[in-house]
Amino acid sequence: MSDEASTPEAAQPEPESEQPVAPADRAGITAARASLADVSPEPGAPKQDPILKAEGVRRAFGGLVAVDVAHLEVQRGTITALIGPNGAGKTTFFNLLTGFDRPSRGEWVFDGRRADRMRSYQVARAGMVRTFQLTKALTRMTVMDNMLIGAADQLGERFWAGLIPPLWKAQEAANRQKAMELLERFKLVDKREDYAGELSGGQRKLLEMARALMLNPKMVMLDEPMAGVNPALKQSLLEHIKDLREDGMTVLFVEHDMDMVHEIADWVAVMAAGQLITEGTPDQISADRRVIDAYLGAHHDAAQR
Amino acid sequence: MDWHFVFSQALTQAIGPTMIVYALGAIGLNLQFGYTGLLNFGQAAFAAVGAYGLALSVVAFGLPFWWGIVIGLCAAVVLALLMGIPTLRLRADYLAIVTIAAAEIVRRLFRATVWSEHTGGSDGMRGFSDPFFALNPYPENGNFQLGFVSMDSGRLVVEFGLFNLQYSGRDLWVMTVGWGLIAVFLVVLGLLVHSPWGRVLKGIREDEEAVRSLGKNVFAYKMQALVIGGLIGAVAGFVFALSRANVQPDAFSTDFTFYFYVVLILGGAARIFGPVLGAALFWFLYNIFAQGLSQAINSGVISADVINQTQVGPLVFFLLGLGMVLLLIFRPQGILGNRRELMLDVR
Repeated sequence: MSDEASTPEAAQPEPESEQPVAPADRAGITAARASLADVSPEPGAPKQDPILKAEGVRRAFGGLVAVDVAHLEVQRGTITALIGPNGAGKTTFFNLLTGFDRPSRGEWVFDGRRADRMRSYQVARAGMVRTFQLTKALTRMTVMDNMLIGAADQLGERFWAGLIPPLWKAQEAANRQKAMELLERFKLVDKREDYAGELSGGQRKLLEMARALMLNPKMVMLDEPMAGVNPALKQSLLEHIKDLREDGMTVLFVEHDMDMVHEIADWVAVMAAGQLITEGTPDQISADRRVIDAYLGAHHDAAQR
Repeated sequence: MDWHFVFSQALTQAIGPTMIVYALGAIGLNLQFGYTGLLNFGQAAFAAVGAYGLALSVVAFGLPFWWGIVIGLCAAVVLALLMGIPTLRLRADYLAIVTIAAAEIVRRLFRATVWSEHTGGSDGMRGFSDPFFALNPYPENGNFQLGFVSMDSGRLVVEFGLFNLQYSGRDLWVMTVGWGLIAVFLVVLGLLVHSPWGRVLKGIREDEEAVRSLGKNVFAYKMQALVIGGLIGAVAGFVFALSRANVQPDAFSTDFTFYFYVVLILGGAARIFGPVLGAALFWFLYNIFAQGLSQAINSGVISADVINQTQVGPLVFFLLGLGMVLLLIFRPQGILGNRRELMLDVR
């Protein structure tokens, strides 16, 4: 990052100094910060290599316009936070992007493909996988089954092939192997034969993230990953999110906790009343008058969450 | 009081043709409700279109028996698509509402006087089962004795001392085919639910949004489960119609669906053998109460002043209902179910 002498770079000493690992092992973060160094902190700012590019996304419920985002680009390989006061339309926007809701109008391109007409499962297959604000563990299934169901392109998931185990046994074994590695990484390997419903809230968050990784996503969408997680687990969850970036994935997450946003986000997009009001690095955002107004103006209470 | 008779009757019924109908219907329901979480309250309609598909083809249109079977199965697929396409994208309750209404519509259609020259209206139809019983390999007037198994002019008696099992030649043929079908469906279902396909179904039962977020076409899986469960329901309808050699619209009322549910919950939902065990137990209990009470009144053990023969029927259902309530309190997972699974918070 030394070759970049712009303001955002100078304003970011904190996250760098907090990295416990040497920068050499953190190629992802270096690349992510470098790719955003020249981006102006304005809403809808163009990026070098956007994995997601949204244009004129609008969702109205009757007369209420929940989301009206003119333009948003998400830089590939970065961790981007989507913040805003309660009712700003963050989760609705998330649901639109992932195909869980239909826009009134607007279009977006994900990884070079038009994604606004895709259904939710097609979005996931295209490589954009989401998690949920209220964790959705498949409670009466084992942790291992929760993982295995995530694997993509399983032949055995076709009805006729399900009847002939030799066709899919090898693929199943490979998926199981991969699931074991992920469970190891997320420290859930001892729980693999437990029902997911027996896990604690924080462990379910970990499981949901690990399960999403079974699909080899290009982009991971986390809806309030820290909601209801205790401080000890929070730290490990943060590290896992940083690891996603190191593994070359793009992360977009909705969050309320500004400390967390500061610690892991490379870029922050701020929504208020359905619109994208500004973008920038975490430090630029903290100093931005519009953000402070959005939070402290009409929605003072929301900022306390 | 003739306990030998009571037990013999009840146990004969416990693995007999009617029990097979309940077992088959509940096997289909197990795939839909037990594994996929689809609230199909119209399983009776699948049995009805199966039974009537066969009867109408053979009697009204004069088609061969096997065409009747094919038409009955096709009708079940069409019914599943009709019910599924508008509702399976919506929340679970919509399917429940539509299926319960559709089942009633199907029954009313078969009952309607408009087509009664073909369907027989509320009297139903007969005369379609001869080709089936023509295939009966059991000798019509067989007589033999082999240890505790004997046949007396075509009637099979299996003597166990305390009780015996007795079946007519026709029952035997229905049971041979029926148990064969049960075995086939259990093997197929066993393979399916232990495959990745079955895992997706269970995922949908737990949380379909989560499964959707993992790239699975939830609608297609739910539709497959509805169609396959409906086909098995239609087969239950065939066995039902053939075992009685007639079809009657009012036999396919909502009660029929709810017996399937009782059987499934009693045996244990989402367990391969749950429906079979549940059906055997349900039909055994029904018969032992009915025969036992009837015998007790006849022999004067219970005074006719307390309860008379015509009150036995309703009382049996009262007792079964009470049993069901007790089961749900003390063993909500059913006989074969897993309590640990049920105790998890399912929101």
